[in-house]
Amino acid sequence: MAADNLPSEFDVVIVGTLTESVIAAACSRVGQRVLHLDRNYYAGNWASFTLNGLLSWIEEYKAQQEKSPDDQTDVEQEWREKIEEGEEVLTLNSVDSTISNLEVFTYAEEPEEEEEVKATSVGSVLIDSLAAEAKENSSSSTEAQNSSGPDDTTPDKDDDEEHQHQEPENEQTPETQEEPENEPQPEPVPEVKKKITYAKLIKEGRRFNIDLVSKLLYSRGLLVDLLIKSNVSRYAEFKNLSRILTCRNGKIEQVPCSRADVFGSKQLSMVEKRMLMKFLTFCLDFEQHPEEFQFSQKPFWDYLRSRSLTENLQHFVFSSIAMVDQETLTEEGLRATQHFLRCLGRYGNTPFLFPLYGLGEIPQCFCMCAVFGGIYCLRHSVQCLVVDKESGKAVIDTHGQRISCSHLVVEDGYIRDEQRTRSVNISLVTVPPLDSSSPAVRMVELSSSSMTCMPGTLVHLTCSSVGSAREDLEPVISKLFYVPSSPGEEPAPCEEEQKPVTLWIMFFNMRDSSGLDPSCYTLPTNVHVCTGPDASLGNDYSITLQAESVFRQLLPDEEFCPPAPNPEDIIYDGDGTQTEGAAFQEAGDALGTSAAGEEEEEEPQENDQSEESSEPAASSESAAQ
Amino acid sequence: MHGRVKVKSTAQQEEEKRKGREKKLKVYLTVRDAIFSKRSNGELDEEALQFTQQLLCSNPDFATLWNYRREILLHLETVKEEDEIQKLYEAELFFIETCLKMNPKSYGSWHHRGWVSSRLPRPDWTRELSLCDRCLSLDDRNFHCWDYRRLVVKASGVPVDQELQFTDRLIGSNFSNYSSWHYRSTLLPLLHPEPGSEPASPCRKQNNTHTSPTASPQTHSHRVCEEQLLKEYELVQNAFFTDPNDQSAWFYYRWLLGRAEREELISCVYVSREGERVAVAFSKPVNALTEGLMLVLDGQQQQRVEWRSAHPRFRHSPVWLCELPPGSVSDINNEHNLTVHWMEKHTHRDCALYTGRPESWCRDSATDQELFRSELSVEKTSVLQSELQSCTQLLELEPQNKWCLLTIVLLMRALDPLGHEKETLAHFQTLKEVDPMRSSYYSDLCSKFMIENTILKMEYAEVRVFSLSDKNLSTLCHLDQLLLVTHINLSSNQLVRFPPQFSMLQCLEVLEADDNAIGNLEGLYHLPKLEEVSLKNNQISKLSDLEPLASCPRLTRLDLRGNPVTKTANIEAELAQLLPSVTDLLL
Repeated sequence: MAADNLPSEFDVVIVGTLTESVIAAACSRVGQRVLHLDRNYYAGNWASFTLNGLLSWIEEYKAQQEKSPDDQTDVEQEWREKIEEGEEVLTLNSVDSTISNLEVFTYAEEPEEEEEVKATSVGSVLIDSLAAEAKENSSSSTEAQNSSGPDDTTPDKDDDEEHQHQEPENEQTPETQEEPENEPQPEPVPEVKKKITYAKLIKEGRRFNIDLVSKLLYSRGLLVDLLIKSNVSRYAEFKNLSRILTCRNGKIEQVPCSRADVFGSKQLSMVEKRMLMKFLTFCLDFEQHPEEFQFSQKPFWDYLRSRSLTENLQHFVFSSIAMVDQETLTEEGLRATQHFLRCLGRYGNTPFLFPLYGLGEIPQCFCMCAVFGGIYCLRHSVQCLVVDKESGKAVIDTHGQRISCSHLVVEDGYIRDEQRTRSVNISLVTVPPLDSSSPAVRMVELSSSSMTCMPGTLVHLTCSSVGSAREDLEPVISKLFYVPSSPGEEPAPCEEEQKPVTLWIMFFNMRDSSGLDPSCYTLPTNVHVCTGPDASLGNDYSITLQAESVFRQLLPDEEFCPPAPNPEDIIYDGDGTQTEGAAFQEAGDALGTSAAGEEEEEEPQENDQSEESSEPAASSESAAQ
Repeated sequence: MHGRVKVKSTAQQEEEKRKGREKKLKVYLTVRDAIFSKRSNGELDEEALQFTQQLLCSNPDFATLWNYRREILLHLETVKEEDEIQKLYEAELFFIETCLKMNPKSYGSWHHRGWVSSRLPRPDWTRELSLCDRCLSLDDRNFHCWDYRRLVVKASGVPVDQELQFTDRLIGSNFSNYSSWHYRSTLLPLLHPEPGSEPASPCRKQNNTHTSPTASPQTHSHRVCEEQLLKEYELVQNAFFTDPNDQSAWFYYRWLLGRAEREELISCVYVSREGERVAVAFSKPVNALTEGLMLVLDGQQQQRVEWRSAHPRFRHSPVWLCELPPGSVSDINNEHNLTVHWMEKHTHRDCALYTGRPESWCRDSATDQELFRSELSVEKTSVLQSELQSCTQLLELEPQNKWCLLTIVLLMRALDPLGHEKETLAHFQTLKEVDPMRSSYYSDLCSKFMIENTILKMEYAEVRVFSLSDKNLSTLCHLDQLLLVTHINLSSNQLVRFPPQFSMLQCLEVLEADDNAIGNLEGLYHLPKLEEVSLKNNQISKLSDLEPLASCPRLTRLDLRGNPVTKTANIEAELAQLLPSVTDLLL
């Protein structure tokens, strides 16, 4: 909608992205007048960018860094005029302050010509690495898969199962750091293999959907339930994660977590299989067996060691299934394990879903709910909040328009630091998992079938930060990937050839405010703050719980995200004509299948929709084509 | 509230649905009637195809309509060109696919698909195979689809090894699937047959020669070569270590450990000079009247002998009897040679009745290997021993697991039934505790094993006395093995009856079965040598229960103390009438 002529009165003004989009959808669904604004790009820190989009985002970030806060004062004067007497003003951030320590490295060859010159030697190197991979494949598919970047030349394989996800260990603490890393692969042309150049990356840039936050959906998590309940899932497609890996003693191993994995695992002995299954089965309903855990006040790690589990199994459970840290108490660890296990099998053999085209899809899906009357406005933000005594009554947007509202929901990033009475340290990233003092790094590897990159692999690494993103993550990267010392350099033939070659790396730190207590903001009571992305792997806290709790504050008596009605049940003004179904074809329902007939009566396309909505992951195959 | 989307109320929706249904029903019935009238008019045209298609789309389980379609298609086959027929059938396959989406387990649709595939001039089996794979990936236990898949595999000649890989894949994704395991058990013997020249058992070789490779595994030697067996053991152990409560893996394991059916032979020929009678025992129940049984006495084929089973209730029995012509063997100074031929199986057994002997027999002794390991294989002891170790290891982790316990019992039986007797009994006790629903099953199984052990002990001692008292026997079995037993003691068990099979104890003279709960004497029938029967403290309550005893000509002593029947009025007189031969009656 054109921003110039927005209505000037709303029930709720919402500024921000993911959590906010859920709230916007929920409010407009129950008839609130909603204005949903977002900053310059869609989805804020939840965004998924094309490579080119990401580059502009980086530019913008750098530009912001240079801009001094004083620049804003001129603009401020403009809207100051709109303030009525007796009102005060709370200024909101117009620039994002949550990202820091952004660094970018390009390893792909830059000049086109040079590629031509080098073509022969490149070819031979690739052939070497192919041979190596063939060997690797037979001994351990895990390893080979992990080094999929430059080695993986079979496109069909890409399509189905490249999707991999790895958590060498885990983190829990409040700061998140991200760093997408691309290693596209050569085109599968049989003879002449071209190395990927930077130019090619840029050219193919629109095939990337690089998430700023790397998250997955627990398949029985609250967000998935919400997507289904609200029918929002019909706007997106999902893929079940194909496997879960862990890095132990420098080796990449598949984590046996489902029954089929345990059955098929070659690394576990028979007895270990039984131990693991027994423990996991116990975790599924551990509440029923209080006698089995006397340790509830002790750390989960100690508890695991007290169980009859081998070291191997302790590692799997602790870092890849429960994904907790050394301080986590037993009960929480058991609960995390239980949640993981309950999510298994709903859509496949791993507990996670990933939205095709990246996480940015999720807020978009909720924004589709604008159909219920909400107004969505991009590149349009709020400069300040107009406060009347203790409650806010209006906002002034970046176009200087004054918009009154009874509630304002705003993402944490918009709140200026000085309005915060307490703040968690905004820091960042990782350290290699080898060092005991370092945080665990979580890595999500995405193949082109996830629709987030060109053929090749996109890898996200995340951890709680200790230093800058680069300091934290670089050791892990150099361990798992080959980082050329100069753009276009090839790996040394013997040593590094099995590691994927990195083409492009971006490091940054992102603030995680999820640990903040809402009461720590000195804001009027009708202003609600949502946090940005947190560090955990799932989305449950950040999205669903928060959105629902904000919604409850706004509209305590309304249902949160009820399912959207079927189009045929909506009454339009002057509605009189009913479309006739293809009654003849379906005539059999009434007689033949009396029990099933009930559900099958819907119009055919209606059936499709309801099926889809109850199974978000169902159609991943078709979308992967 | 303003701005809210107006939605029809539930009642409105219900009303609309109801109207919609009524309308559909009307249309449905109209079409159905139209179809029936067309069919009775013998109209086999494309319009009828279209009508039936419309109804079947929504109700694929309307079998009559599928039949009508087949009639039409068969008719159209006669009037159309091959290309047209091909197209017609291809359209039919496409249509069935929609029906399967409606109900993936519709008998009618799957059957029709099989029929169409077999009629199709140029079938595309690859496509059918991938349809099956798709269906099975949605529901790997859809047995309709498994059935159809077998048809497709057979028709298109998919190589066996490829099919084995298919089962690998399905088992890998979910091993709780009988269909996949079972399919494996049919493929392995084809792909890795046991080497035919197994010296241990010459008759098994003979067995192999009679079977064609296409026969189902139940009927031919379903054994697998040892190398492959070891791999299968590992695979299936992975399954039951992962989930010891999943029975499909255990059942497959039992199959792996199992061995071929016993060879068919005459296991015993017994002749009684005095009774002028021959008893023949077979390795399995047969119907001697149809199996071409021939008796040769001293080189003379006996044409007129009449074979009868041990008890008239059995048409198939492991023991058959016949009376010899009067006087043919009665002179104790003569030596006689007897041969019984089993024509159908090209086998026979000789028996010599020497001078001065009142009876004679020729038999295979029930050595443990021959008989009671029949449920488990005769693989190398070392293999079974290591399997037993694995299972014992699992039992340590899962002391309550019934499948594991039962398998251990079976392995122990196969290895050393007498040596493991004590442990076996303890395991049975645990089994009854952890699986009380099946405690009677375990009791019967335990009885069976105890009887086997007692038979073995008897064989080793080379006696004709079978004594198994106070062992909680709940049932009697292997009675054909007791053909030669003269004294039997079954006291203090939990028996409730003598089953008809008991009449196979043709040499029995003394029967003790005190302190049981026996109320049924059906099996004490025509036991020619039975003299003493002691049935103290049982549950015989009616005079009629004792009637079978009247058929035992030599019965002289009968102890019925402690039975309800003794309270019957006038019992002594009644018994004297019923059993005139009994001189020593204890009531």
